[in-house]
Amino acid sequence: MTVISPDEPAIKPVFRSVGASRKIKNWVATGLVWLAFALAAVPLVWVLVTVLGKGYRALLSPTWFSHSLRGVLPDQFNGGVYHAIYGTVAQSLICAVIAVPIGIMVGIYLVEYGATRTDTESTPRRALFQPRRRVRRQHGRGRLARMTTFMVDILAGVPSIVAALFVFAVWISTLGFSQSALAVSFSLVLLMLPVVVRATEEMLRLVPDDLREASYALGIPKWKTILKIVLPTAFSGIVTGVMLALARVLGETAPVLVLVGYSRSINFDVFDGNMASLPLLIYSELINPTPAGQFRVWGAALTLILIIAVLYLVAALVSRFSAIKTR
Amino acid sequence: MADRMTDVSRPESAPAERAPDADAAAGPARMGGMRHPQPETKRSRRGDSVFRLLATGSGSLIVAAVALIGLFLLVKAVPSLLANQANFLTSPDFVTTDPSKLRFGIRDLLFVTVLSSLVALVIAMPVALGVALFLTQYAPRTLARPFAYIVDLLAAVPSIVYGLWGIIVLGPKLEPIMSWLNRNLGWIPLFATGNVSIQGGGTIFTAGVVLAIMILPIITAVAREVFRQTPRAQVEGALALGATRWEVISTTVLPFGRSGYIAGSMLGLGRALGETVAVLIILRASSSPSGLSLFDGGYTFASKIASAASEFSQPLPTGAFIAAGLVLFVLTFVVNALARSIAGGKVNA
Repeated sequence: MTVISPDEPAIKPVFRSVGASRKIKNWVATGLVWLAFALAAVPLVWVLVTVLGKGYRALLSPTWFSHSLRGVLPDQFNGGVYHAIYGTVAQSLICAVIAVPIGIMVGIYLVEYGATRTDTESTPRRALFQPRRRVRRQHGRGRLARMTTFMVDILAGVPSIVAALFVFAVWISTLGFSQSALAVSFSLVLLMLPVVVRATEEMLRLVPDDLREASYALGIPKWKTILKIVLPTAFSGIVTGVMLALARVLGETAPVLVLVGYSRSINFDVFDGNMASLPLLIYSELINPTPAGQFRVWGAALTLILIIAVLYLVAALVSRFSAIKTR
Repeated sequence: MADRMTDVSRPESAPAERAPDADAAAGPARMGGMRHPQPETKRSRRGDSVFRLLATGSGSLIVAAVALIGLFLLVKAVPSLLANQANFLTSPDFVTTDPSKLRFGIRDLLFVTVLSSLVALVIAMPVALGVALFLTQYAPRTLARPFAYIVDLLAAVPSIVYGLWGIIVLGPKLEPIMSWLNRNLGWIPLFATGNVSIQGGGTIFTAGVVLAIMILPIITAVAREVFRQTPRAQVEGALALGATRWEVISTTVLPFGRSGYIAGSMLGLGRALGETVAVLIILRASSSPSGLSLFDGGYTFASKIASAASEFSQPLPTGAFIAAGLVLFVLTFVVNALARSIAGGKVNA
């Protein structure tokens, strides 16, 4: 008769030890996953190091941030990109002035007016022989909200060249205006809107419902609740989203190729005439075979990345110092 | 009668007596339904309806904008399509110099676009899966945030910088690989000699690699989001049954996140289809029509339009490019709509 010790179970457990093949598979998977991350990190570091290494000399040139390229020959090293920086910043700011209010309003519509609280629940499963109840018709409001959120997703996927072509077809071809920085701003609005809408939506959803309900209980009308209570609570997150959207829109080259001409001198007028911008300057100087051309190309690329980095930094600081305290 | 009338009138005087009280605002509500229409209610109702109108109007503006994009592109493209002397879908030519002899077809554009986007997807999808798994399952908790930040930074670099880096730095580095593939596997149509020289690296292969780097953050972000939402109960159940880490992932995380991962990949595909400047800078123009080779050059829809942007002066030639833009719009519309329907609401674009 075998002696059964009280410390060991009567039946031997099956999963006591992990077999060799399972262990090998586990290690292979771990290795592959770490490799994937390395594969993702390498290009980023490579690109940044390249741009930094090839572009820092241009930024150290004394006239880089204060002069334009007016009168500068293609193979000369003087001059700067002031005209391009102005163009980039001006076009993006006009775009922001138009896109941010509209984007925030659409976000407010989608969260406060459009979504019914139950439309995200799936219909419960019923027993087989229960007669089908008539499905309640959606309000017109729910339908428009669903169509709007669908279109925001579509707009997020519209390529920048298609947005530029659309503005060309409407503003320049049909309405007959000439190429200008204003047209570029319009197409940038189309590209910036979906990002602002999504960020606003997310931030407004984070605001606790108790806040809204307490406000309604005190008799405050809906519009005042949104403007004075919900929006200020979500404000820092919305600001972060706007900065990220701005950073995305700064580097768009397709609209400036189609909708405005390149100029080597400073042009402060957004409504008329050619205006330079950093992407346009890079594109135009690419065909310049001299070392000065390369110098300017990489310098402008580094300048663009620096502006984007500053925006990201400000966005991170804003979100770090004033986050919504959710339960 | 008179008593009843005085009875009715008495509650009306009560709010006036209690007006200095702190709960004067609650007075009408306490009167059991006897309420005077307060001037604030009318004003706030007007404010409410104005605000609702503004909000609904903005929502409709978005819908109208997308509809207008399709409409205007169609209207501007139709005259050129009617004047086209070549078959729009099968002709490899794209000659718009003479408005009376317009010949343009999208066959080559379609080949180059689809091929470069497919190369990008084939490279980016596995890597993105690995990175998303790494960030949600394998990375140490404290390092997960900085690592995620690094991957998101890939999306911050503008596309023109990727194009620059691609043609000046990456292309020459990829030349030996491309030559090796062409020499040894050239009997496969994919690796056959293309219509541009491999020297300089201006081929679909290089463009595909750069596009893969550009769409990686999109797929990773979506996949990460979905993997994070795996029900803890299932993960813990698998662990309790003695599964190794990889077995937990393959039995719980991956099946749950599959639809989200596919949706993210389609979003990345949409981005790759519409990428303009990076491809414009990298791909070298070629004079002969494209085949199926990865070592071809040429134009995608987006880069063709951008390359001719300075010549948009006459309506008929411009319309030819707008027709190409319309095809691109429809393509990205379909891909994005598909992605949304696959994800089914689990994922926000």
